[in-house]
Amino acid sequence: MEDKNKNIQKIKKFSVELRKNILEMAYSAGAGSSHFGGALSIVEIVSTLFSYKMRINKDPNWDDRDRFILSKGHACLAYYAALCEVGYISKEELKTFEKDDSNLLGHPVINKKLGIDFLNGSLGMGLSLGIGVSISLKKKNKNNSVFVVLGDGECNEGSVWEAAMAASNFKLDNLYAIIDKNNFQQTGSSQDIMNTDSLKDKWSSFGWDTVSLNGHDIEELYEYFNTSQDLKKPRAIIANTIKGKGFSFSENNNDWHHAVLTKSLYEKGLKELI
Amino acid sequence: MIVNERNIKIWSTIGSRASFGIAALELAKEIDNLMVLTCDVSTSAGLDRYRKTYPDKYLDLGIAEQNMIGVAAGLSSEGYNVVTTTFAPFQTIRCCEQIKVNIGYMKQKVCMVGIASGLALGNLGFTHCCIEDIGVLRTIPGITIISPADSFETIKALESAIKSKNSSYIRLTGSSNNPIVYKEDYNFEIGKSVKLKEGKDVTIFCAGAMVYNSLQATEKLRENGISCSVINMHTIKPIDKNAINDACRNSKLLVSVEEHNVIGGLGSSISEHLVTVKNSPNLLIIGINDIYSKGGSYNFLKEKHGLSPDKIVNNIINNLKQSNNG
Repeated sequence: MEDKNKNIQKIKKFSVELRKNILEMAYSAGAGSSHFGGALSIVEIVSTLFSYKMRINKDPNWDDRDRFILSKGHACLAYYAALCEVGYISKEELKTFEKDDSNLLGHPVINKKLGIDFLNGSLGMGLSLGIGVSISLKKKNKNNSVFVVLGDGECNEGSVWEAAMAASNFKLDNLYAIIDKNNFQQTGSSQDIMNTDSLKDKWSSFGWDTVSLNGHDIEELYEYFNTSQDLKKPRAIIANTIKGKGFSFSENNNDWHHAVLTKSLYEKGLKELI
Repeated sequence: MIVNERNIKIWSTIGSRASFGIAALELAKEIDNLMVLTCDVSTSAGLDRYRKTYPDKYLDLGIAEQNMIGVAAGLSSEGYNVVTTTFAPFQTIRCCEQIKVNIGYMKQKVCMVGIASGLALGNLGFTHCCIEDIGVLRTIPGITIISPADSFETIKALESAIKSKNSSYIRLTGSSNNPIVYKEDYNFEIGKSVKLKEGKDVTIFCAGAMVYNSLQATEKLRENGISCSVINMHTIKPIDKNAINDACRNSKLLVSVEEHNVIGGLGSSISEHLVTVKNSPNLLIIGINDIYSKGGSYNFLKEKHGLSPDKIVNNIINNLKQSNNG
């Protein structure tokens, strides 16, 4: 119990640091704006993975690390923020976000030194990569896991379902797909554009062990990742989240899909960090 | 691979696709980390024996090419030497953006093999013919494009591509009873064309199944008093600029012959370099003239699109006549 509380506190603290890093990067992007909302909805997911669940160490290329793939690449603010907290990216480098010749563009570009294992940005491609990695690890008799974070809007892409079908066909029980269900996509609500209400049923019918949970509830995430089952199938988590989570001005406000963080809102955001 | 007259004949009889399967079977013996991925086409790609012999080095992704490319890149990122294969349209255009992002931009090394490219499947219509693959893939940085002249060269190209550190696309043309261009062993090097005939008037650059047709055309042109060099431009990207420079110095007319749209393929590649050469000769680009025609047998379509030896001969003679009159 003591361990659990300690771990949950650790994840919470990590989440606060991520939001702080996200604010800093979004602010330094200036008029260039950034994909703010979709990064904030995955903060607790990314924090639970990077500060607790994933097997990683100081070496970003450690052969025995768990693999992370941000299929919804536009949410890279959260990813870079986490890579900074685990020591792969410096605070200084974070400030180069989306600047000329930066290693940290608005979608992740593979960079082994910085711990960015894959390139993403075009939606619907990350899960296929995850399958390739997952099969490789099994072939090498490694017991590492592969975590792929997708968006609910991203699930509009047909290639997601090609991959979903293949992962269960190959019984990839070392593969996790975490679907950030924030109910918005670029130009509006998913309800209006392409209904994603039945995502849980869809993943389940594609042969995945599927759960639905609150993607901001660290205790729930912690409990889920501590339940070890011999399933012989891949795992999907429908994480119910809030786009723009953490700041009063951005929560559930799709104007923050891609927007400019002004100085006054940046300062307001800093005050709201808890 | 044992290269002798008998084997070269066998490979020719079974065609490029089945020869690819045989080559994969051989290469799997020496390459521990080889993985061959297909999309429900193991039989068409001549991989039935391979699949049974090396189940651990084989993966069928079902009819889902976009996923296949992503999975290939994932395996490659973990150190596997990956070959993907399916019919050329599905190996290239169907999953073009996955190729761009995962293989081009992310630089995960994969060797892609497009089977039955060109007009070989003309009876099935232009969904299954492929006259666009070179043009489409040529615009993606970092991918070598090879179009082998016969079954033997297919085997050589596959071995070179698998052992190369760069990603590649191998475009297989022709069908079974693939005419033999190379009767004995020779040196195959990616990016370095092979001069098959030496002549003084015209240089014909050709690739894939059009190499044999060009050689035949050359014989007929000789009877008409026209002497041709024939260059097997097996690598279309990177294009062999030295061979083009050399031809510019020694020929009155350059010709390209390809089983591909005249836009974007071998002729386009040559012309992109040619515009940088001072006082270069004209280039006659022979291929499919940017049209989806009615279908038909392979031979029927080659004839229809001016790719039979006789049609190539007439085209070149007419062009020379026009130049002389002009």
